[in-house]
Amino acid sequence: MTIWRRVACAVLLLVVSLSLAANWLAPGGYAKQYRETADSAPSPVHWLGTDEIGRDRFARVLYGTRISLLLAPGAALLSTLMAALFGGLAGYLGGAWSRAAMAVTDLFLSLPWLFLLITVRALMPLNVSPVVSVLVTFLMLGLLGWTSAARVLCASAATLRDSDFVRQARASGICGTRLFWIHVLPNLKPILLAQFWISIPAFILSEANLGILGLGVAEPLPSWGSLLKELEGLVSVGEEPWKFVPLILLILVVTSFQLVLSKHEELAA
Amino acid sequence: MLGRKIARRIARHGLALIATVLLGAFLSAVLVRYAPGFSVDEEELDPHLNSQSIQALRQSRLDQRNILHFYFHSLERAIHGDLGTSLSLNQPVTVLLKDRLPLTLRLVAIGLLLSWAASLALALSAAWMRAYAYDALATILSGTFLCIPAAVLALLSVLWNVPGALAIALIVFPRDYRYARNLLAKAYSLPHIVTGRAKGLSELRILFWHVVPVAGPQLLAVAGVSVSVAIGAAIPVEALCGLAGVGQLAWQAALARDLPLLMNITILVTLVTLLANSGADVIGSMLRGQEA
Repeated sequence: MTIWRRVACAVLLLVVSLSLAANWLAPGGYAKQYRETADSAPSPVHWLGTDEIGRDRFARVLYGTRISLLLAPGAALLSTLMAALFGGLAGYLGGAWSRAAMAVTDLFLSLPWLFLLITVRALMPLNVSPVVSVLVTFLMLGLLGWTSAARVLCASAATLRDSDFVRQARASGICGTRLFWIHVLPNLKPILLAQFWISIPAFILSEANLGILGLGVAEPLPSWGSLLKELEGLVSVGEEPWKFVPLILLILVVTSFQLVLSKHEELAA
Repeated sequence: MLGRKIARRIARHGLALIATVLLGAFLSAVLVRYAPGFSVDEEELDPHLNSQSIQALRQSRLDQRNILHFYFHSLERAIHGDLGTSLSLNQPVTVLLKDRLPLTLRLVAIGLLLSWAASLALALSAAWMRAYAYDALATILSGTFLCIPAAVLALLSVLWNVPGALAIALIVFPRDYRYARNLLAKAYSLPHIVTGRAKGLSELRILFWHVVPVAGPQLLAVAGVSVSVAIGAAIPVEALCGLAGVGQLAWQAALARDLPLLMNITILVTLVTLLANSGADVIGSMLRGQEA
């Protein structure tokens, strides 16, 4: 492991630990309002100041980080499982199944990712409770993010289908379902793992984009998207630099993921 | 022979394009039809309407209940140039698209040109110089942009008064640069190019005679994909920079749950993206054919 990967791992570990310790580090919580000090600058009481309705920004950053960092892997897991099922099965079955699955995949891929997200998000009710909005956002990411991975898995499963050991297993009388679960799927594990890890930063960025556009996690729950929305009202960078902390944290986390995953990316390509 | 091969490829792309658009339109119709709130009409709440008018409104909704009827009816109207009326803006969708499409196309085209110019300039200079520090610097620069959400770049472009097209270019640039750098680096490491350089051939001659034929088709394919990325980038840029294009229209339609409008924009975007990819593939195959 290179020095940069070690540093990236340490950064990720630190950020995850801090977000998990949010209850102790910011006991006031993310929704408590300090109305007498609304929109204030950083102080010993509020390390990153307060937002325009008086909520502690430091607490919101910690809780927002927790939401984004815990749910993005969940969405990544869902999308990887779907990719394994659709792509893996399509590649394994081949023929018309493969062509049909790839046609659906092509259809999804022909739409820009952010466009697909806002279209599907618009199909669901927008005035939902904050918890439902979190679930809807990350479920949507998981349910729509499997397509590019499915293509890679389909190609790999097709190669495995024609490999010697699968042919031998088939000739020995092992049934199709068992062949897929016991022999094909485990051999796709390295690609599945790579896709899982690569999806996490992609989903974190997608959630941030949706949040800024007002289609992500609903208030008062914080997420990186809703925290970055604060940048909308800025007049200059030097005016309130502490508002850039969520952005810096996001860049740090995504960069760390990129550094840690650089080896996986080659495999998933 | 080559002409027939290309004509066959164009025909195949044309068929795939039509099939994908029809399938996309059907899926959009299904999603719109089964989206929560489809059978409810705000107009029914109007206190000026009598019970007969309300009944008539409900009847018109009932006609759209059958999904196939809804789909073929929408398709038939679309063929005659009627894409329906926007629920939120109360204007014909055709008019809205006609008004806003030129701006989006201009932004996307300029953004793509700037992005590709920067990507190729950086990737080529990195391949020519073969200096580790320069390559690392360019990679860090593109990597940083890759880690910033597109919507944040759009917000920062508002803050610094950067034109929308440049914001799109900054969003697309890191993806283009990564592919361009890898493809060019791979091409420059080919034995015949290394030999050519060692024998003292000029860099321009090597580039146009040896590198472009090898990396050109692949770069074209990446260019086709980058159109999709640029259109995606147009949404936050137009929405947050206040530019009245199709991206902003899609965002407004999403916020207002204006599903008929969103469905039409979806089909339009699918069409543009597929056309770009098919165009890149056909030109790429022509280049490959000439090379063979």
